[in-house]
Amino acid sequence: MSKDKQRDLFPGALEMMILRTLKRQPLHGYALVQHIKRTSNDLLQIEEGSLYPALQRLLREELVKAEWGISATNRRVRIYKLTPAGMKHLEHEVSRFERMLEGITRVLAPGES
Amino acid sequence: MSWLGRVFWRRRIYGDLSEEIREHLDEKVEELVEGGMSRKDAETAARREFGNLTLVEEDGRGVWRWPFVEDFVRDVRFALRMLGKAPGFTIAALLTLAIGIGANAAVFSVLNSVLLKPLPYPRAEELISLHQTAPGAAGLADFESGLLLSPSMYVTYSEQNRTFQSAGVWDTGTASVTGLADPEQVRTVEVSDGVLQALDVPPQVGRWFSAADQTPHGPERVMLSYGYWQRRFGGDRSVIGRNLSVDSRPREIIGVMPRGFRFVDTDFDVMVPLAFERGKLILAGFGFQGIARLKPNATLAEANADMTRMLPVWMDSWSNGPGTNPHIYETWRITPTVRLLKQEVIGNVSELLWVVMGTIGVVMLIACANVANLLLVRVEARQEELAVRAALGAAWTRIVRGLLVESVMLGLLGGVVGVGLAYAGVRFLVTAGPANLPRLSEISLDTRTIGFTLLLSLLSGLFFGLIPALKYAGPRAPMTVRTAGRTTSMSRERFHARNVLVVGQVAMALVLLVSAGLMIRTFEELRNVEPGFTDARHLQTMRISIPDSLVAQAERVTRAQNEILEKVQAIPGVQSAGFVSEMPLEGFDSGWDEIFAEDKTYSEDEIAPLRLYKYISPGFCATAGTRIVAGRDLTWTEVYTFRPVLLISENLARELWGSPSAAVGKRLREFPKSSWREVIGVIQDVRENGVQAKAPEIVYWPTMTSDRFGPGIVGPTRTVTFVMSSERAGTQGFLNEVRQAVWSVNANLPLANVRTMQTVYDKSVARTSFTLVMLAIAGTMALLLGMIGIYGVISYTVSQRKREIGIRMALGAQGRDVLHTVLGQGAKMALLGVAIGMVGAFGLTRLMAGLLYGVSALDPFTFAAVGALLTVVALAACYLPARHATKVDPMVALRYD
Repeated sequence: MSKDKQRDLFPGALEMMILRTLKRQPLHGYALVQHIKRTSNDLLQIEEGSLYPALQRLLREELVKAEWGISATNRRVRIYKLTPAGMKHLEHEVSRFERMLEGITRVLAPGES
Repeated sequence: MSWLGRVFWRRRIYGDLSEEIREHLDEKVEELVEGGMSRKDAETAARREFGNLTLVEEDGRGVWRWPFVEDFVRDVRFALRMLGKAPGFTIAALLTLAIGIGANAAVFSVLNSVLLKPLPYPRAEELISLHQTAPGAAGLADFESGLLLSPSMYVTYSEQNRTFQSAGVWDTGTASVTGLADPEQVRTVEVSDGVLQALDVPPQVGRWFSAADQTPHGPERVMLSYGYWQRRFGGDRSVIGRNLSVDSRPREIIGVMPRGFRFVDTDFDVMVPLAFERGKLILAGFGFQGIARLKPNATLAEANADMTRMLPVWMDSWSNGPGTNPHIYETWRITPTVRLLKQEVIGNVSELLWVVMGTIGVVMLIACANVANLLLVRVEARQEELAVRAALGAAWTRIVRGLLVESVMLGLLGGVVGVGLAYAGVRFLVTAGPANLPRLSEISLDTRTIGFTLLLSLLSGLFFGLIPALKYAGPRAPMTVRTAGRTTSMSRERFHARNVLVVGQVAMALVLLVSAGLMIRTFEELRNVEPGFTDARHLQTMRISIPDSLVAQAERVTRAQNEILEKVQAIPGVQSAGFVSEMPLEGFDSGWDEIFAEDKTYSEDEIAPLRLYKYISPGFCATAGTRIVAGRDLTWTEVYTFRPVLLISENLARELWGSPSAAVGKRLREFPKSSWREVIGVIQDVRENGVQAKAPEIVYWPTMTSDRFGPGIVGPTRTVTFVMSSERAGTQGFLNEVRQAVWSVNANLPLANVRTMQTVYDKSVARTSFTLVMLAIAGTMALLLGMIGIYGVISYTVSQRKREIGIRMALGAQGRDVLHTVLGQGAKMALLGVAIGMVGAFGLTRLMAGLLYGVSALDPFTFAAVGALLTVVALAACYLPARHATKVDPMVALRYD
């Protein structure tokens, strides 16, 4: 149970960020985690390893697909790519998240009550 | 990807994942090293940032797993391994379960085939039997078949109804078929139009009877059963159109019914149409079974209402002849009580089957209790293993699940072996079962039985598995790794579950044994009943019918029968011989009618009680051992000179004149206009309709009478049962001589129902003896299992208390004291079980009241005897381990562990 709390802010958040990142460009695992860490300014304390179970889940749901290839630094890596289903799922999740965020923001906003 | 595909591709997926993670770490390390860190520090840092490597990999793989199924498979494999490691325990538990489950499956298959499966007709739920009662028609009222239908009733019902698709009447009988090989007596069923339409089973070959075949004086037709067709014609399809001589009349074969077709619940050889002559029908003649197929959605209540509506129509449409009042039948209070045909077929056997099923179910509970006890011991021995697993972080649910899987596996394996036993058991039941168990031929192990067995195995596995599992691994179980192997002697707590199980076993065994005991008492009571004949083993019977196509002249029939008597009496070893229209318990029925006494007055509009009419030959009573309690027997001179004499049964004599001797010399007559007949003798009461049934009032007529059916008309009894008293009864040589004797009189006479009265008697009490055997088996199993249960618990207790006993003996306790302590513990459980069982039996035995005869369901003798027996057996089971306890050597016991 405790490992779940560490992994995510809320269930599905990591997957959403992965999908969003892959929408920009296909990446391999290491690059993916570095990108997320960097863009979030290291605000989200993500254990690098927690990325992999999330990627396996996405693979199983066929939201992403993976192919072995050679990275820019000339390593054998598995490059993940968004599938059309993944694209759709991402849109859906983002709009759901935005609605949730809006709700939370309203409740938290000071002075309006 | 399908989950199946996943299972196969998984190895590659896992490989990819591991490699990927390795590459990830490498890349990270290299990046850190490039940033100026030492390789060693970089590796540690990379690991730290990555998180728990094993967990990540495990979680990643976990995504692809089918967790429930795979955990389950693992549990099953583990369970099988654990069972294999303890062969002694496994075999004991499996055998107990297999016997219990097998017995249950066998009985269930009977219950299912007889009670639950629909009859083998299309949409059998629409088929009803046109049953009706007539409380005002005394004598007919206690007939199990109620008031049968008369032909005119059939016509009214079949033409005027609003609720039937079709309706008809039928009857069974016998006929002789000649011209094929030896003259043969065959079983016939006579059907009216509407019967085959109602049953709706198409013929295998040929066609049904048509309306044209049902007209009197029309062409005579016949249909065959599949069995008879195979037996006599070898299944030749060209048989259609050929003639068969039934009762010396040629009948054209028009069809063959398919294999397995039975007529309601009777097997038959040939089927002939009933051709009623409409113009000559009268109201009376209540001799046919009615059958109908309800319109879809019509209910039994609607059918009853419909028939009630038609009864006045029937009385208005027909008459019993000029000068008679058709509405006299209103005093009979005829009430339609139609019932499903299935109900009619099953009859009163359902109570018996449910009682047997219930008792076998209790045996199963006892068996489960035994296995639960075994498991308790086993799980206790594994307590440390369980504690270690709990300490290593296994959730209690996980451990309980493992234990349950193990016990369910036991249950299922027991079920598999049990099905094998059930198969054998069903074959035993079909051969040993009572011949009058309905639908016996349909009994088989079908999918429903297999399903039941599976469910039973699963449930019993869960039942006996839950007790130890929750006790030793449940949420509140004390799961501590014991620090020392030294146990204190015993806590009450530890033995509590086991003691409860044993007490329960004893209680259940008591209930079963009481039921078995009551059946034994019933059987004893039945044996004391005088059925109306003596020395049944040496009474040979055979039934011979002389149709008028064979011997037309009435008096010649009786002469021929008399001649047969003389011939068989000449056979060596035959003491005497006689004949009667039907023997008690035979189930034939020669007819019922009123009788009027000369010195009694009868009101006009009342129908007197109906009496059973039987027809006897002189010498019959002496042969059968039926006592003549007053007066004397009939003579042949009286028969041939048509003397107006009668004999009556003892109960009829008492009813009319108070005592048998007062009846002799009194006069009776059949119709207001017939002449008076003198009572010359009074015959003891006979159990005509079964040993358990009340003896009916009977009028015994001479086998041949005159003037009964009109002036000068001689009436012989054409179908009779011959009875011979001989030490040689039933032997093949004797039967051959009897056949030769009969055929020397007339070579065309077939013999039917050749058997001894013992066979007839056994058949009559078959239901009781079958119940007795089943309950005795169940009771014995319960007793044995209960004994094993007590023995097991006491000896286990003794082995656990060795140290304590050793200390006691070292302190000066005598062997006798130890013996008493241990026996006392057993006695306490046994007595408690007996007490609880008594209460249970008190409530439950009344359910089987219908199966009992001459003994109360609460018979104190049976209760006391069984209670005592069980206590003694329980103490005997304790004695061995108790003796063992006294042999404890204090030195050895204290050095123990």
